[in-house]
Amino acid sequence: MDFDPLLLSRIQFALTVAFHYLFPPLTIGLGVIMVFTEWQYLRTKDIQYEVMAKFWTRIFAINFALGVASGIVMEFQFGTNWATYSRFVGDVFGSALAAEGIFAFFLESGFLAVLVFGWDRVSPRVHFFSTVMVSLGSIFSAIWIVVANSWQQTPAGFHLVEHQGALRAEITDFWAVVFNPSSMIRLSHVLIGAFILGAFVVMSITAYYILRGRHVEMAKKSFAVALALALVSSVAQLVTGHYHAVKVAEHQPAKLAAFEGHFETGEGGAPLHIIGLPDQKEKTVRYSVAIPGLLSWLVHMDSSKPVKGLDQFPEQDWPPVALSFVSYHVMVGLGLYFILLTVVAAVMYKRGTLFQTRWLLWVFVFSVIGPYISNQLGWMAAEVGRQPWIVYGLLRTSEAYSQSVPGGHVATSIGMFLLIYLLLAAVWIYVMNDKIQHGPDEADATGAAAKEGLAGIREAILKAEEGSLTATAEEEEEGSQR
Amino acid sequence: MIDLNVFWFILLGVLLTGYAILDGFDLGVGSLHLFAKGDYERRIFLNSIGPVWDGNEVWLVTFGGALFAAFPAAYAAAFSGFYLAFMLLLFALIFRAVAIEFRSKRESRVWRSFWDGAFFLASAVAAILFGVAVGNMMQGIPIGPGGEYQGTFFDLLRPYPLLVGAMTLVMFCMHGSIYLYLKTEGELQEKVRHWIWGTFGVFLVFYILTTIFTLVAVPGAIRNFEKYPWVWGLVVLNVLAVANIPRSIYKGMPGQAFISSACTIAALIFLFGFALFPNLVTSSIDPEKFSLTVYNAASSQKTLAIMRNIAFMGMPFVLAYTTAIYWVFRGKVRLTRFSY
Repeated sequence: MDFDPLLLSRIQFALTVAFHYLFPPLTIGLGVIMVFTEWQYLRTKDIQYEVMAKFWTRIFAINFALGVASGIVMEFQFGTNWATYSRFVGDVFGSALAAEGIFAFFLESGFLAVLVFGWDRVSPRVHFFSTVMVSLGSIFSAIWIVVANSWQQTPAGFHLVEHQGALRAEITDFWAVVFNPSSMIRLSHVLIGAFILGAFVVMSITAYYILRGRHVEMAKKSFAVALALALVSSVAQLVTGHYHAVKVAEHQPAKLAAFEGHFETGEGGAPLHIIGLPDQKEKTVRYSVAIPGLLSWLVHMDSSKPVKGLDQFPEQDWPPVALSFVSYHVMVGLGLYFILLTVVAAVMYKRGTLFQTRWLLWVFVFSVIGPYISNQLGWMAAEVGRQPWIVYGLLRTSEAYSQSVPGGHVATSIGMFLLIYLLLAAVWIYVMNDKIQHGPDEADATGAAAKEGLAGIREAILKAEEGSLTATAEEEEEGSQR
Repeated sequence: MIDLNVFWFILLGVLLTGYAILDGFDLGVGSLHLFAKGDYERRIFLNSIGPVWDGNEVWLVTFGGALFAAFPAAYAAAFSGFYLAFMLLLFALIFRAVAIEFRSKRESRVWRSFWDGAFFLASAVAAILFGVAVGNMMQGIPIGPGGEYQGTFFDLLRPYPLLVGAMTLVMFCMHGSIYLYLKTEGELQEKVRHWIWGTFGVFLVFYILTTIFTLVAVPGAIRNFEKYPWVWGLVVLNVLAVANIPRSIYKGMPGQAFISSACTIAALIFLFGFALFPNLVTSSIDPEKFSLTVYNAASSQKTLAIMRNIAFMGMPFVLAYTTAIYWVFRGKVRLTRFSY
């Protein structure tokens, strides 16, 4: 049997990066909520916030571990499967990756230790500081990786040089690489996407507790915090998404045309297909429901100005249109759903009826799947839409793979990854479910921050008398679980 | 004398040394994990490295990123050339990470035994593969025109690389058992003490074998020594560091033994790197024509300079909080409700 190393390397990259991206958005989004929760604990000395912070830390740690485990694959895969690409971009892309290691990964994984294991080893303030550092680390990591990826989308600050008989990109201006035309807008879109995901995970878990009548008071507090984050982020995402699309129209017009199924440039304004399914062969969008002139208005603020269609590009430079269109449209649809859902919930929260509306809470329990899908689809649209280029306009994906790796080897590694990732996904769901069913543990409360002040002590004693402060377990017997 | 290319060769050496010393004991503890009896001992083992292993692994990730940035041609040649070996390493590192995280999440015996096995196997395989990689770099691999690897997977499994792989495993086991000695107490510590002697003995044998084999099997292994005779001084220091391990254990100074074993690892990496220089990947087809050196495999001078500045900015922070975190988790391992 003949294995095509190019196709297989692409499948493997898609598989490994999609699996990896189940975890970073949660750690980025949940990180922000953890910072807020611990800050509230320090400010109010309310031990409920302490219990909550400890619970979220556990959820965070599981996802972080999987993020690390699946992330190391990404770091090495450029070299193993995309050697030609690595030689071409190393001068530019490698720098961003190395910077990510030095500035982000050390920060994250170092302070994570304090976050997870340090509750009784450092003061609440130092612990809070560590939480901030971990959250910052995860954001730094996003910055560098999005900068690197954006350079592939809109290369800048480089020149092409012949080196050892092959062309490669070399840096001419580091800051032009960092602030390439799409990096900042894409970074904000990625980060806000992560905030939405983190917030929806928190809302899903806490809505479930409220429905089951467990940890109700705590769950309501967390839900409200997450709802605020989700509402603001969902609305903001519409704004960044719009400007991102305008940038794509400017710098990667073929990609935008594929997103929108825009085959013919035409004379006047371009319509916006709300739904439909592009047929690349027939150059038409089937089952389309379109609004005339709207695409032109969105791109140019003028509904009669033409938008560059795919007909402006040779067909060999087209991305796969149907896949780009569908992933982009479903992502946008989900984004609008998040706005609708969070606005409705926010209004009901204001009226004080949210937590009695059981059907809506159930909607939140299951809506968590939405941001996972939209984060995946957003990246799929971005990466599929960039095709056939691996570095836009400079290097084709078909030329970038490792010449020395036989297809059979890649097939072997894909098989292994599939097996391992299926196992890990099952374990992840199982352990997450286990942690969620177990819930926040009131035995976690030590009131350490409260003990810092005399007033705090009095408050803690009062609370203890109410029975909300159970024994502070110093050490547990062997065999106990985290 | 030290231009940017040499600077980056040295810095990569520093990153690799940092990794080998720090994750070396993690991998050692993992490779000894199944020798710990019962759930309590195994949890002590896991938690001895619990807070630090993740940060230790970042040294490898940063090494990978820095190699990519500074010497992309070497990164591309080695990683695609060692394809299956690297995939195996990745699977090992994945399993190591999740085994540590998940093992104690359930009470079930089957669950824990499974992850115990995964933790042990992943650690041992990773340790061996690192050694095999170093051995292959030393002996040279079939690199042809354009820096493309022309051999097969089995070309990597020659006797010399396998020997270096075995030595690496034993060395990390020794390093790991000294670390465990520092982190445990009582009966378990006594047990670990015996392991130090055992692993040291085996290590000594492999160390001598590897030294002899290197001189015999690696062409040009001492080529650079003739140019820079002062490096023989480091060979002596290496031997002294090795000799100081049993001495400090015998005298009851485990801290010193740990430092000696760390110095042994550092010296070995230095000597291997020194013998390799100026090559990053030596071609066994035609060493003169196809070897990837710190010059022909490097990024532009501008990138090397930018990266140097990034490293100078970042590394002090890295060292500062790495130290701080080891300080927070100093002392013997205690199991708490937050432990693995």
